[in-house]
Amino acid sequence: MIITKLKRTIKSGAISFWRNGSVSLASVLILTVTLTVITMVLFSGVVLSSTLETIKNKVDIDIYFTKGASEEAILVFANDVKKNSDILDVKYISSEQAYANFRERHKDEEATIQALTEIGDNPLPASINVKAKDPNKYDAIVTFLKQKESAMSANDIIDKINYTEKNQQAIASLNRIINASNKLGVLIAIFFAIVSILITFNTIRLAIYIFREEVSVMRLVGASETYIRAPFVTVGVLYGIVSAIVTTIILLPITHYAGNWTEKLGTGINLFNYYQSNLLYIMLVLVVAGSALGAISSFLAIKKYLKV
Amino acid sequence: MLKFNDVTKLYHTGDTAVKNINIHIKPKEFVSIVGHSGAGKTTLLKLILAEEKPTEGTVTFENVDIHQLKRSHINQYRRRVGTVFQDFRLLPDKTAYENVAFAMEAAGMDDEAIINDVPHALDLVGLKHKMHSFPDELSGGEKQRVAIARAIVNQPEMIIADEPTGNLDPVNTYEIIQLLKKVNDLGTTILLTTHNVGVIDNVGRRVITIKDGRVAMDSPDGKYIL
Repeated sequence: MIITKLKRTIKSGAISFWRNGSVSLASVLILTVTLTVITMVLFSGVVLSSTLETIKNKVDIDIYFTKGASEEAILVFANDVKKNSDILDVKYISSEQAYANFRERHKDEEATIQALTEIGDNPLPASINVKAKDPNKYDAIVTFLKQKESAMSANDIIDKINYTEKNQQAIASLNRIINASNKLGVLIAIFFAIVSILITFNTIRLAIYIFREEVSVMRLVGASETYIRAPFVTVGVLYGIVSAIVTTIILLPITHYAGNWTEKLGTGINLFNYYQSNLLYIMLVLVVAGSALGAISSFLAIKKYLKV
Repeated sequence: MLKFNDVTKLYHTGDTAVKNINIHIKPKEFVSIVGHSGAGKTTLLKLILAEEKPTEGTVTFENVDIHQLKRSHINQYRRRVGTVFQDFRLLPDKTAYENVAFAMEAAGMDDEAIINDVPHALDLVGLKHKMHSFPDELSGGEKQRVAIARAIVNQPEMIIADEPTGNLDPVNTYEIIQLLKKVNDLGTTILLTTHNVGVIDNVGRRVITIKDGRVAMDSPDGKYIL
């Protein structure tokens, strides 16, 4: 009997969704706007986080060595530095590699290349590039490197440690800005979600208001509350599923346009690629959120008309 | 079968809808309740359908006080009482077949019973050929026939018809009354409200006249005061 009831409920809900096309269209549109707004706000959070990560990754420490420093001594030093638990990676760039990199980077600048050629000898020193696990640890790492430099003062191979506190300050302030933006983003998302839910709830309430006479007829022929409510909740779920599919489709061109833009801005993320690679997951979340929103709105809206 | 025991209904506004009503309706009776608009006829029906609660007194169906029933039991009780209204109250987005089937589905009948009984009920009211029409494709008389088919399909013990001919022309009025008489002949108690003297004369059975919320006359042979 449960299967029969379930079958009847789904059938009745689907028929009602189809036959009351204009009401369904209005509800689906409102739900689509709701889901789109919420997804866009969530996307902005993703872009902000990615931006912070990208900028953090750009921060590093370059240590330049004296011309006389042997590669062996540099590598020993680099291995020693690598042992520090705050350091993620140490990359050695030989003098030749630096020269090749420089030429490659400036290959279109004829004057620069010519000047380099005129010097004759390779003026670029060997260096190591140090990346921290946590950008907040750069200060500690610089102190650690300076201590190492003073310890080896007799046979100093370090020419220069390239890191200024300004970088650190910039990172710190950027960190604060992005954290604040994230918090604001969450607040905006909650605000939009609440407003959208209220609009959705009212739209579905209006849709059900149209059926109030029918609900009273259902009560008078002896239908139970669950029996009356179930098709309306089914319709609510259908609104959610259709809206989720429409939203997923609408987001394709939006993210496609925003994708190039986010990439050019240096956020470290292409929103379109992100959307494509998470499409199934996002669609699933939208279907669940839309269905829940539609079902709960219907469930609550019908309550008023069951008191016959 | 159905008893009003000294029933009074006062509305929040302080208006008295019905006062000290004592009526006893026996099984298989055809009872017409007559009275002018506002006399209290519809209030009586709402009390029977448990849409309203009496301020004083009790309404019993098969010796059970229907206003003491739990909500879930009210549904079961309503399935034993078929209802027909002046404005038909069909579900507009369902076909004639689906409207009748809905009452059976609500009563928890299985698909086989629905497939067998719905065409039969529509046949009984002469609308088998229009079972797939929607209400807005039917005339007033046809809509009322669908409503009657819906009311009888669960084989209720009683049918309440609230001004069922109020929106119909004389020919359809006559036919609907004949249909209700036919249903009554098959053993279902009928409780009909009307202010149409032609209808009362046509029925020619027990008539209860309501005036200013009170029983003014209860005549077993079709007499009334209007």
